Amino acid sequence: MTSFDDIVIGGGHNGLVAATVLAKAGRKVLVLEAEDETGGAARKHEFHPGFRVSSVAHVLNRLHPDVVKALELDRLGLTLEGRTMPTIALAPDAGPVVLRGAYGETVDGLSLSDAAGWAELRALLFRQVGVLKPLLARRAPDLEAMSLSEKLALGGVALSLRRLGKEGMRDFLRMLLMNVDDVTGEFVENDALRGLLAFDAVQGSHLGPRSPTSLIGLYFRLAGEIGGAEGGQMLPKGGMGAVIEAMHAAAERRGVTIRAKAPVSRILIEKGRAVGVVLADGEEIRARTVVSAINPRTTFADLVGPRELDTGFLRKILNVRMKGNVARLYLALDGVPSFAGVAADDHAGRLVIAPSSNAVENAFNPAKYGEFSPEPAMEIVLPSLSDPSLAPGGACVLSANVQFAPYALKGGWDKGKPKFLKAIVAQLERCAKGIGKTILASELLTPADIEARFRMPGGHWHHGELQPDQMLMSRPVFGAGGYDTPIDGLYLAGAGSHPGGGVSGVPGMNAARRVLAEK
Amino acid sequence: MAKATKSTSARRDAQAHIEMLRLETPFHPRLEALSQQNDWYTWAGYKAPLSLWDEELEYFAIRSQAALFDISPMVKYRIEGPDAEAFCNRLTLRDVAKLKPGRVHYTAWCDENGHVLDDGTLFRLSADRFRLCCQERHLPWLMDSAIGFDVEVEEETETIAGLALQGPTSFAVLRAAGLDGVERLKPFDLATFPHKRGTVTISRTGFTGDLGYELFVDARQALSLWDRLMEAGRVHGIRAIGYTALNRARIEAGFIVANADFVTAEHAVRADRVRMPDEIGLGWMVDREKGHFNGRRAILKAREKGALRHVLVGLEVEGNVPAEHAIVYHKGKREVGLVSAAIWSPTAKRNIAIASLDRPYGDTVTDDLWVEIYAMRELRYVKLMKRARVVERPFVKLARRSATPPGDF
Ligand SMILES: Cc1cc2nc3c(=O)[nH]c(=O)nc-3n(C[C@H](O)[C@H](O)[C@H](O)COP(=O)(O)OP(=O)(O)OC[C@H]3O[C@@H](n4cnc5c(N)ncnc54)[C@H](O)[C@@H]3O)c2cc1C
Repeated sequence: MTSFDDIVIGGGHNGLVAATVLAKAGRKVLVLEAEDETGGAARKHEFHPGFRVSSVAHVLNRLHPDVVKALELDRLGLTLEGRTMPTIALAPDAGPVVLRGAYGETVDGLSLSDAAGWAELRALLFRQVGVLKPLLARRAPDLEAMSLSEKLALGGVALSLRRLGKEGMRDFLRMLLMNVDDVTGEFVENDALRGLLAFDAVQGSHLGPRSPTSLIGLYFRLAGEIGGAEGGQMLPKGGMGAVIEAMHAAAERRGVTIRAKAPVSRILIEKGRAVGVVLADGEEIRARTVVSAINPRTTFADLVGPRELDTGFLRKILNVRMKGNVARLYLALDGVPSFAGVAADDHAGRLVIAPSSNAVENAFNPAKYGEFSPEPAMEIVLPSLSDPSLAPGGACVLSANVQFAPYALKGGWDKGKPKFLKAIVAQLERCAKGIGKTILASELLTPADIEARFRMPGGHWHHGELQPDQMLMSRPVFGAGGYDTPIDGLYLAGAGSHPGGGVSGVPGMNAARRVLAEK
Repeated sequence: MAKATKSTSARRDAQAHIEMLRLETPFHPRLEALSQQNDWYTWAGYKAPLSLWDEELEYFAIRSQAALFDISPMVKYRIEGPDAEAFCNRLTLRDVAKLKPGRVHYTAWCDENGHVLDDGTLFRLSADRFRLCCQERHLPWLMDSAIGFDVEVEEETETIAGLALQGPTSFAVLRAAGLDGVERLKPFDLATFPHKRGTVTISRTGFTGDLGYELFVDARQALSLWDRLMEAGRVHGIRAIGYTALNRARIEAGFIVANADFVTAEHAVRADRVRMPDEIGLGWMVDREKGHFNGRRAILKAREKGALRHVLVGLEVEGNVPAEHAIVYHKGKREVGLVSAAIWSPTAKRNIAIASLDRPYGDTVTDDLWVEIYAMRELRYVKLMKRARVVERPFVKLARRSATPPGDF
């Protein structure tokens, strides 16, 4: 029997990254994935004969350059160059606003004064993001036991704060906890642009644009980069699944053993130390360390279990908010839809239905009370336009993230889902007349469906709300904020850890580095 | 009945005591009738006597007769279910698997930082049924601790009345009351006995370091139990007593009181006031072999790192003026701690004190310790610098406490 140094639970992208970084350092690593294939929420599948989609995550906008480098993904068939795409803020009446380049370096469709306002706001946001970016890339500062390099890194943050200048620092501290609606209102008037910024800020979270601290979501978004474009985005050729294929190949190239259909049911703990795992079928596998790249609540409440945890710690874990709010929609269309006012080429971009900041706030309101948005906000892509292999000739795939769809719908999703789908199609129809008639097949996944199908508790984008109380050393909770946990030899490596979700690979990479540092 | 629940209203309902400012115990009618001093204080939300007739004589009732003390305000929880043992083991410091049915042990419990939440006694009433007695209320903590265990936790402070019967003739009183079989109880044993149409649970436990018992009964049977004991005890010198007398006896016995000799983790406002078990003399409870329990990691880590900052010690102070709340000095100059309880011990004939010191004082450095006593003498403080010596607790050790069968009179 082979014995392993590290067992990585979960073959999502973060699990694959963690495993590869560990293996690269010479360790023997086993990845255990519950499903038939790796990838987690970054998988792809065929939802209708001939129509393939990225199953959950569909837009790539924050895969970290260090991860690309460490795994040499560019040499393993992942093309990042030349695929960045614009964002089109749809406005059926006034005409769309189009953000080109790295998150709107140039913009179409704005008045002169709004164009100036946007340039100013954009520059300001990116300056501030410059302070946050290192914090969102490294291990969160450990206030109790900071290593020298951590102190230096934190010092670096302080320095970059200083570099903002007196006024810049004042602006930053003023804005940091503001809501996105108030901030955009200070700079621009255009409804579609403010709607887009509002949408991007609250995407994946249980916040409306007027909720305090909602600006942080936009900072988080802009801290991502792709192909060197800050705030940029792309549809990988072959869908998100192509990223996973490259990562999977990187892991295997480094000698990682990957086992699918191997759901872990328990983490073995002896005298306070993780010593291995037990699979659902009872098989026991031992290793020096266990790295959990799945949801933190599942890790502790189910796999470790309350008995090995302190009451206070368990209390915190069970209080982590992770009820998803985003539904996933795939449509098989028998032709390419036409969105009003959008140039033919731009249909290959990211199309956002968020007519105004108020519209996003209004879409959020019912979600607070367990109801879906009657006029939902949406992020739409037509991946088959840039990758024809995803749909039969002449046909088209539409893939959308739809907000807001509360995890626990009043009256239940069984009854609510058909009604919600109708509301979504009506909303699409407003922006792309006639689209309804071209629908060959559709599939709508509510957060409850996402939870069940992808093993994401709550169906949450980030495996836990990404709000200030659940960020940095408090992510997922204080006491497990630095990838190491109260259980010796057990580490967290998934999106539920700092810095959070999205296909970035950062939690996985940092966790592996932590394991290596503690040798 | 409180299963592990997160509902705030359910938790609130389970803690009805919050509604009442000062409750009366089931024995209150009898205490009130005996109270010549009208000297009451508040014990955990209950009206309780400091003294009833004469605090000196009440103390001597403990040491030479039989003293009856109402312990109903003590917080009590029933813990029951197939996982009750596992639950208690995860909750508390000592190994509950070693606690046999019909036995009681003194224990303590901590939060995840290893800071003591409370100390108390755990009664194993049967294989899967326990009673936890302590100073502070803990229902939310116990319910959160019940997550993942098949166990029920019920607050029974109001519904169970308790009496401590302590002193050399206490066994004789119980025998005279017709409670046959009490003679078989060794220290820390418990058993149930018929009382009226129900039962009374009697344990050979107490807070005095003397021969003594604690009796628990359905609150509705409280007065009949009181009357039964008082009646039987008449020829054995039974006396009802208040807390002042009991407090002297417990200091002699070297017992500590939560929020008097140390600040519990949930009460402490200042970050440096919390205490680990090793810092209040309870380090012996920590069982690192028994499996996981709350605070284990933090406690072991603190030990490993030498991060324990305080120590609780017994002191013998020269002279006869009690050093209550006196500052402790090393070499008469350096402030190294505080006395939390002190009396002139009538039984030991020594001036004794319980103090918290900053390590290494009291731990490895025990020489040249002094206490500064401010004695108020007719509107002027007389400042006394007295030599103090670290001594073993208990200060008073009585053979009759543990003699089995117990002494009869
Ligand atoms: C609706 C929605 C839309 C999104 N859209 C985007 C997007 O467009 N762009 C973007 O960047 N991000 C998006 N995200 C976020 C992104 O999908 C996640 O943050 C990211 O995939 C998390 O990766 P992970 O590796 O940490 O976890 P996961 O992808 O959840 O991987 C965890 C893996 O562990 C496995 N597993 C779970 N339990 C066990 C067990 N007991 N034993 C063994 N294996 C187990 C799972 O099967 C899974 O493979 C979206 C999320 C949602 C919910």
